[in-house]
Amino acid sequence: MLRYLLRRLALTIPTFFALMFVTFVAIRLVPGDPVEVRVGERGISAERLAMFRHELGLDQPVWKQFADYVGQLLHGDFGTSLATNQKVLVEFAALFPATIELSLAGMLFAVLLGIPAGTIAAARRGSIYDQTLMGLSVTGYSMPIFWWGLLLIMFVAERWGLTPVSGRIDLIKYYFEPVTGFMVVDAWLSGQAGAVKDALHHLVLPAVVLGTIPLAVIARMTRSAMLEVLNEDYVRTARAKGLPAWRVVGLHALRNALIPVVTIIGLQVGTLMAGAVLTETIFSWPGVGKWLIESIGRRDYPALQGGVMLISSIVIGVNLLVDLTYGLINPRIRHG
Amino acid sequence: MAEQSPLRAFWAAFRENRGAFAGFVVVLFIVLVAIGADFIAPHSPTEQFREAVRAAPMWAEGGSSRFVLGTDSLGRDMLSRLIHGARISLFIGLAVMGVSFIIGVALGLACVSFQGTLGNAVDVAITRLMDLIMAVPSLVLAILVVAVLGPSLTNTIIAVTVVYLPRYVRLVRASALTELGKDYVIAARVAGVGPWRLMFTTVLPNCLSPLIVQAALGVSDAILEAAALGFLGLGAQPPTAEWGTMLADAREFIRSNPWLVTLPGLAILVTVVSINLMGDGLRDALDPKMRRS
Repeated sequence: MLRYLLRRLALTIPTFFALMFVTFVAIRLVPGDPVEVRVGERGISAERLAMFRHELGLDQPVWKQFADYVGQLLHGDFGTSLATNQKVLVEFAALFPATIELSLAGMLFAVLLGIPAGTIAAARRGSIYDQTLMGLSVTGYSMPIFWWGLLLIMFVAERWGLTPVSGRIDLIKYYFEPVTGFMVVDAWLSGQAGAVKDALHHLVLPAVVLGTIPLAVIARMTRSAMLEVLNEDYVRTARAKGLPAWRVVGLHALRNALIPVVTIIGLQVGTLMAGAVLTETIFSWPGVGKWLIESIGRRDYPALQGGVMLISSIVIGVNLLVDLTYGLINPRIRHG
Repeated sequence: MAEQSPLRAFWAAFRENRGAFAGFVVVLFIVLVAIGADFIAPHSPTEQFREAVRAAPMWAEGGSSRFVLGTDSLGRDMLSRLIHGARISLFIGLAVMGVSFIIGVALGLACVSFQGTLGNAVDVAITRLMDLIMAVPSLVLAILVVAVLGPSLTNTIIAVTVVYLPRYVRLVRASALTELGKDYVIAARVAGVGPWRLMFTTVLPNCLSPLIVQAALGVSDAILEAAALGFLGLGAQPPTAEWGTMLADAREFIRSNPWLVTLPGLAILVTVVSINLMGDGLRDALDPKMRRS
């Protein structure tokens, strides 16, 4: 196991270096001089320009700049935002809990609906339930979620008035200092009456929108994993023993079918992060996705560079964790 | 009894799948609309009718048959814009698919073609690069590419191609590796077939079925991704009638003119669902093992 772990870790290192290289090159290819972006377009003396260049390290040879960049990253320095003059890491860390909260809620929605839906579809294979659920699954998988979000806002929030349109909590009614960064937890900690309910109300629509594609993927995966397992001998044995159908399907089969499903759930992190960009933009959810888009609008390239670097590192890290867990559960993987 | 031709067998299996066939019919319809956009569309997609800004669709109160689906905030005919949008979306989808298919086959085969230390180095370099691209969330990578190149239709195609390239490369590499171990390839080698011929004439045709399925599904993914970029203002620029961009323009009228938001999204959804249904049908028909599962 240790050898598998080390080998898997060693494989990640070149990926990280390549990632650093790509973000480094990408930002250098951006049209426009970073110094001019920083000091504005007004006339500026040659000495001051040279000073800024020196300050940003742009008078160094390119390989030296890259080495410095890697050195900074390894020290946890992801650059300084041009717009706010704050460290990118600090800004990111302040906004990231909002994205995690949204992603967890979306994933919860996807898992709680997706696994039962896939199980029912497999157990009643070919029935009207199966056909309806799989039809819905294709629709969900094909959903332009930015449109889905607008549609839900239009009906659920605007027309029926069931949920708020945007944001994380009603800021006029409730105010408290962030403790964990998770609005639902903070609302609970604040002890203000109705705060938790309000936070949850704000969370519902974005979570449904973000969870839609993972829901479709999980439902499909559960169905095909269940269909495979339902043909196994031990399922036949369980049936032959006279166990009720819900026990055979819900316990004996489902438990074994869940291994590939759990892997798929882990691998949805990338989908969640990509979806968060759109979902947060639609619902004005103050997370890293919305921040990334706003950084482009402000031509804040260090923020964009650091943001892409951080988001990708997190996704790589989670995928690595999923792989290792899978290796732990299933010994056959280790000796691949 | 005469052997059924493979194409016929495929068509029979495909027709049997109702969802796939329905998807195929809708896709065919959209393709025809896209090709004939100039003749079908009642108005120009960019002509502004200042006297009829945000007109209601025909069936709604105040609507007229002049603008069947109403007009947008600049008085442009929605129906004409949607029809021309089909052309743009399909063009993006097909362009991304075509380019990634070609580059994917080239890189995938390059991974397995060379022998010795050089071959190993090429394989590792390409595989690592693809792993890296896969590690960055699709839309985030596309955003980075567009931020570097600037937003435009061409750059959308480039960005989305970069994002979806690894799927093709991995697929070609994996199936080529499997095929290379088979007896007929060894036989061809022994018979003295050169490396180019071996790869493109002997091995490649046997890797095609999963690749065709991937290509079909890749078109819908590309359309969806490009529309998302357009929605974020990073795709095709106004006044281009692109569905995602149209949605972004319509956002502020979500309360007053809901159809402005509803129609372009519906167009995206219907197109993507149809292509996905067709792709699923292709997979089932091309891969007998997957059939009826």
